Amino acid sequence: MAGVRHRFGPTEVLAGIDLEVGAGETVALVGPSGCGKSTLLELIGGLQALQAGTIAVAGDPSPGARTARSTWMPQSDMLMPWKRAVDNAAVALRLAGLDGRESRRRASEMLDHLGLTGFAGALPRELSGGMRQRVAFARTLLAGTPVLLLDEPFAALDAITRGELQSWLVATLASEQRTTILVTHDVEEALYVADRVALLSPRPARVTATIRSPRADAGTTRAEAISRSPFVAARAEALNALGAAA
Amino acid sequence: MSDLARAVLRLWPTLLAVAALLGAWQLAASSGALADALGLDSFLVPSPAEIGDSLWNDRSLLADNAWVTGKEVVAGFAVALVLGIATAVLLHLSPLLRRVSYPLVIASQTIPVIVIAPILVVWFGFGIGPKVAIIALICFFPIAVNALDGLATVPPEQRKLMRSLGAGRLRILTMLEAPTALPFVLSGAKIAAAVAVIGAVFGEWAGADDGLGHLMLVDNAQLEVARLFAAMVWLSAMAIALFACLSLIERRIAWWGEPAAARDERGGTG
Repeated sequence: MAGVRHRFGPTEVLAGIDLEVGAGETVALVGPSGCGKSTLLELIGGLQALQAGTIAVAGDPSPGARTARSTWMPQSDMLMPWKRAVDNAAVALRLAGLDGRESRRRASEMLDHLGLTGFAGALPRELSGGMRQRVAFARTLLAGTPVLLLDEPFAALDAITRGELQSWLVATLASEQRTTILVTHDVEEALYVADRVALLSPRPARVTATIRSPRADAGTTRAEAISRSPFVAARAEALNALGAAA
Repeated sequence: MSDLARAVLRLWPTLLAVAALLGAWQLAASSGALADALGLDSFLVPSPAEIGDSLWNDRSLLADNAWVTGKEVVAGFAVALVLGIATAVLLHLSPLLRRVSYPLVIASQTIPVIVIAPILVVWFGFGIGPKVAIIALICFFPIAVNALDGLATVPPEQRKLMRSLGAGRLRILTMLEAPTALPFVLSGAKIAAAVAVIGAVFGEWAGADDGLGHLMLVDNAQLEVARLFAAMVWLSAMAIALFACLSLIERRIAWWGEPAAARDERGGTG
């Protein structure tokens, strides 16, 4: 992914954002509510018209190419209530022209991989919030794009489920060769999940600082990882930077 | 048997209310009190028993005419369903077309059907054509408006998600918007079912050789009041049957319309 830079809107939601995300990297965007992080994500995905500046995914700045190479995952799972988990997960495969059997096979493999073994045939209303979010994540991964755009994927969940899903996301992203941009307002989540955290100022937003996350060794639990001193220091640094900008 | 018992248990308030109403009517009519109160001769005010007699004695006449009217209703309803859904999809896909022609859709509902029915008979003749046209005209509006509203209930975010997953406009329509609109289309169709038989009667009044509406006109002229009411019973039964069919279809193909509250209560473990 090449240079990401743009200015947006007469109301100045984003006042010139410059950001580069390397292939395979996970970058979190953290900022106060309403600072335009979600807008930025939709712009990257080619889901809103860019007003000024350029965004390129894998060197191609056209919105069509950006939509084709990225998959957006919003805060709400937006599963279709009439489709079973496996069929919801398989939406992108069906759209890509795969037949029903093959896309079901691949989708249920992915659901197994994401810890939803035995729930392929469940309807969304039979699943808990955390499970629905994992089905939505399976749907996102199965789109097969090199870039994932996650917009507060865990914000609607309770604290315990959120913590579990964060650990789960770290493990899943480690096994996938994807470039991920995660929007969140939770500094801890950002530092725990991402390789790098970009801090945004209040509207009109610009990047005030980027912090490299202190990565814990493999096998460390989330509770251990977030209580180590480098992590605590990074969190303090990030909160200070956000506070200073506000 | 337990299904039947449960149905009876569920329906008994309705049955009781209908029975009470019929009983009161029967008493008032057979004692002559109703005719006296209305200042009429008692033969003009049929009792439920007399209507029941007519339903039985004139059963083949009523059934033959009901068959004619039933065909008109089903045909007119089907035309309205196809045109209503097609119109809704077109107006949904084209905001320009929607701005231009939505007022026309509304205007279609303001056409006084009784007034144009004779003109339609002049245009299309005495056959089934004008009846189908009138029924379709009446049924078109609730179906089209509900379908259009249903298509519009899809949140823009969800359309965005489909685009991100690689869907074009047509696939968004078929995969997401059409299923979302389905329960709305069916409730529009249920409203249409109830008014369809009225359209058939208007159509037959404007010119027909048979059908329940035509029979009612004849009965009116001949003061066959009990048979007039019997024909109305048939008309109601037809509307209820059509409505029940649609409810059944709704439960079979649009079963997911469960309130969010029920879903939350059932939430499992994370």
